Amino acid sequence: MDSEIFYKSASALDNLLDSGKLTSVELTKAVIERTRSIEGKLHAFISFDEEKTLDEAVQSDMRRKAGKKLSNLDGIPVGIKDLISERGQPLTCGSKILGGYVSPYDATVIERMRNAGCVLWGRLNMDEFAMGSSNENSYYGKVANPWDISRVPGGSSGGSAAAVASGETTLALGSDTGGSIRQPAAFCGIVGLKPTYGAVSRYGIVAFASSLDQIGPMGRSIEDVATLFHVISGHDDKDSSSYPVDKTNHNIKSVKDKRIKTIGIPSEYFGEGLDPEIRQAIEDAIDFYKNAGHRVKEVSLTMTEYTMAVYYVIATAEASSNLARFDGIRYGYRSENAKDAVDLYYKTRGEGFGSEVKRRILLGTYVLSNENFESYYLRAQKVRTLIRNDFMEAFRNVDLLITPVTPSPAFKIGEKSADPLQMYLNDIYTISINLAGLCALSLPCGLSSNGLPIGLQIIGKPFHEHEILSLGYEFEQAHDFKNMHPAI
Amino acid sequence: MKDGNFDHSVHIENIAALARIYLTDQERQDLAKSLDEILEYFDKLKTVNVEGVEPSAHAYPLYDILRDDEIGTPFDTKTALQNAPRQRNNQVIVPKVVE
Repeated sequence: MDSEIFYKSASALDNLLDSGKLTSVELTKAVIERTRSIEGKLHAFISFDEEKTLDEAVQSDMRRKAGKKLSNLDGIPVGIKDLISERGQPLTCGSKILGGYVSPYDATVIERMRNAGCVLWGRLNMDEFAMGSSNENSYYGKVANPWDISRVPGGSSGGSAAAVASGETTLALGSDTGGSIRQPAAFCGIVGLKPTYGAVSRYGIVAFASSLDQIGPMGRSIEDVATLFHVISGHDDKDSSSYPVDKTNHNIKSVKDKRIKTIGIPSEYFGEGLDPEIRQAIEDAIDFYKNAGHRVKEVSLTMTEYTMAVYYVIATAEASSNLARFDGIRYGYRSENAKDAVDLYYKTRGEGFGSEVKRRILLGTYVLSNENFESYYLRAQKVRTLIRNDFMEAFRNVDLLITPVTPSPAFKIGEKSADPLQMYLNDIYTISINLAGLCALSLPCGLSSNGLPIGLQIIGKPFHEHEILSLGYEFEQAHDFKNMHPAI
Repeated sequence: MKDGNFDHSVHIENIAALARIYLTDQERQDLAKSLDEILEYFDKLKTVNVEGVEPSAHAYPLYDILRDDEIGTPFDTKTALQNAPRQRNNQVIVPKVVE
């Protein structure tokens, strides 16, 4: 067995497990060892339960031995972003206000991963309530980027991205409200999929902005991400926004099919503020696709300028409403300093939430208040319609879109934390996808001159995940980024 | 935005009260400043012509989503209360709310 078992893909591990050359217990132990040895530098996990995890690996080995494996991911470790409920495990959402909370039930995605035999490994660090683009907002400590530990891993699924990139897990689940899977995937040089709104059940996740949130898979190869997506996606009666779409749309085999596509390049995504090295890497990727026989067309997304404002009005409005449930009464942190019942709410929330969460709740409360509702919230919802129309118009002429994921590679820890607006602008290329309810993929497409990963974004029509995965697969097969690992 | 028609900072106390969040003096100052900047940035939405445009509450609106009304197994009392910050006799303990 070679020493880098923790860097193997889920598909390679599945073969090893099938052949009997490896057991899930050995694999899980390798991942735990790897985590122990580098976690001091990364802090990608908030908590983990080694005994429970190894027990799941033992169960998986028994199934494989009896010839009863549940899926190709049976026995494969998957890390869980710490906002997804796993029965009996702590869930903090990166917040003090959920300190000590233990999930009484499984999220639908967890139930589906259990049914597929996945080894549920560890609770991954994140920005508090998924609000942030750098993972500096976790109450439980910052996460470092494995490529350069003085830099951020991105956020809010920064723990998920750092853990996958460094071999602390084979796969992970993240969540994406405005780029929280794709941006950290780009910063850490891995693959991340933001599924179409409604493709994956949200039952059992802590809601941030309910009309934008989606859970998605993160891994080191397109095939691994496609496999996990297949496990977690599909209609769920427990989530009324879950789309009753036919599963055949998510066929993994079709990921390897090459079909000639028309690729759109939105000129607005290549304007001012884009790092020249990223521009070059994306242009090289576009040339690759041209040479491979695809058609490339310029398109225009005229509402791009307004997406940031629309997103922060809608996301904060929904957050202020969703986070009203954290009041110190039924679960989570409760202030010891309250004089009476109302004061208990004030103090619990004042002491329990971090500053970015407070900022967003206040913004959301402001835009929803009587005198501002129409000029901010309702107006933002109307502009949201225009943003979606923009994409639908573009998709009349092209099959997919290619853009950068981020304006720059991973920035230094502390570089943007004092300026919220600058931090928000980091999501400029990813947020419109959530507003329009599309699917999008982030995959590694290069390294900057100082050795930092660069991400390529492929955007697809709603419920066309197989198309973006297939186009990404073609690029991945022709390049070697999947086998490039940080020196940590 | 202190030079325009709005002075958002005067509302910070009011908004914090609506949101039931206690703020320290320092937080009030810091948040007022960043809210001013962000709201000023939001003002660009006012330049978009939205005449006759329907608002989107969801990217993919679904209507009349109903599931079968089946009897499930609810949490037992112990599970339902396991995360309560204070509890006694199978009940959540809260501060007195009536005089």
